[in-house]
Amino acid sequence: MTAMLDIKDLRAYYGQVQALHGLEFHLSEGSMTTLLGANGAGKTTTLRAICNMVRSTGTIAFEGKSLSGKSTENIVRLGIAHVPQGRGTFTTMTVEENLQLGAISRSDKASIVSDIERMYDHFPVLKQRHTQQAGTLSGGEQQMLAVARALMLRPRLMLLDEPSFGLAPLIVRDLFKILGKINRDDKVTILVVEQNAQLALELADTAYVIETGRIVMSGSAKDIANNEDVRKSYLGY
Amino acid sequence: MELFTNQVLAGIATGAIYACMALAVVMIYQAIDHLNFAQGEMAMFSTFMAWQMMQWGVPYWAAFVITLVLSFVGGIVIERLLFKPLAKAPILTNVAGFIALFAIVNSVAGLIWDFTIKQFPTPFGSAPFLGSQLISTHQAGMIGVTLLLLALLFFFFRFTRIGLAMRAAATLPESARLVGINTSWMIALGWGMAAAIGSIAGMLIAPVVFLEPNMMGGVLIYGFAAAVLGGLSSPLGAVIGGFLVGIFENLVGTYIPGAGNELKLPIALALIVIVLVVKPSGLFGHTVIKRV
Repeated sequence: MTAMLDIKDLRAYYGQVQALHGLEFHLSEGSMTTLLGANGAGKTTTLRAICNMVRSTGTIAFEGKSLSGKSTENIVRLGIAHVPQGRGTFTTMTVEENLQLGAISRSDKASIVSDIERMYDHFPVLKQRHTQQAGTLSGGEQQMLAVARALMLRPRLMLLDEPSFGLAPLIVRDLFKILGKINRDDKVTILVVEQNAQLALELADTAYVIETGRIVMSGSAKDIANNEDVRKSYLGY
Repeated sequence: MELFTNQVLAGIATGAIYACMALAVVMIYQAIDHLNFAQGEMAMFSTFMAWQMMQWGVPYWAAFVITLVLSFVGGIVIERLLFKPLAKAPILTNVAGFIALFAIVNSVAGLIWDFTIKQFPTPFGSAPFLGSQLISTHQAGMIGVTLLLLALLFFFFRFTRIGLAMRAAATLPESARLVGINTSWMIALGWGMAAAIGSIAGMLIAPVVFLEPNMMGGVLIYGFAAAVLGGLSSPLGAVIGGFLVGIFENLVGTYIPGAGNELKLPIALALIVIVLVVKPSGLFGHTVIKRV
């Protein structure tokens, strides 16, 4: 299988502080991969480095083409959707405007309209609230909106930063079910960063464990879930 | 009572000037989060360009449209050359940039067109409007143009994709980039639109205050007062603020003895201070909560 995203010797810096120390991993097309790690391990930085939102060196290749030197907006336009930590919701705009913004780089007006309808099918609660200001939605609804907004790009690859953060367990289950469906039905490759390791491992097919800016373990999600160390450190049993 | 109504009417007429200027102020503030102190000078320069074209025999409306286009392009050029490199610089650096721009534009206009006052024509005539001695047809036309501009801006920001992208870039630049918006160009576009709106303001104000390089000094302060009063994040607020400042100025001049023409400017400044202390977001602005 060809690697959709191939990352080699990735080093990232915040000012003088180095956050990633030669990270290497790849994502196969159509896969659902999770990146596990403790606070401060460099998970968010990895996602930010892919979209050139933090100073980094090394090579990141998306579908064989290097992303280095490209601006964030041009990387996104290649079909990489990024749901950032804190969701990045445009809180002063309506739900529908948020969805339209997700498709702002597309020019196929007719299919944008039908895509919005598709999102309302995925997330019925968004349809009920489509004229409401996004800031008035609950945390879970805002997360649904953030995922829907990212999908409006019709991405080839979707990066999700802690989608479960601050959500009730039931809502997290719903959300992950939808992510699985998107991965299978829409053939979107997904990279999800999670602290909720158990759920992430249930859902993903591949997993990487990251510690202080390096990949320390990789394998199929099943193997990783059965690994003694991972169980003790991240799953708590 | 008749005196009061008349003063309010006259206030609305002057207020139209401030409303127009405040619209330009709000446009820039939306795009870059700073007040552009050179806004008035840019508008003055645009007005001079229109005047020059008319001297060369270009008809009024043709000169008007050409000036609009040139100002739009000029605003973008100024942003690309001068303020894009300052995008990540501290606020004070930007303020220094605005003041430099103010001085440069003012002097260059003086150099080209000298400092003697010039007549600037009005397309609306200056007869009494509907028989009222207080509002001339020019002032009525100005109110009309301001309201039309406001409606166009509302439509642009509410219903067009590029307007939506500009709003997104202004409220949440990082998220905007993550949906593929080139935020840097959105800022440039904001400058262009502000410069164009400013040029309209200048061309409408010039028949009232006469054209000369320092014509916008006082007007810009009233424009700031109007924008602050209405709320810097709201074009509608800016326009209503403009009319309110005009009315307020006239009423104070009429009813408070001693506060004639000499004290009008301090009144505008006092208004800015009071609004900033009592209700910093203005009448129509929404409070922006910043995460720290």
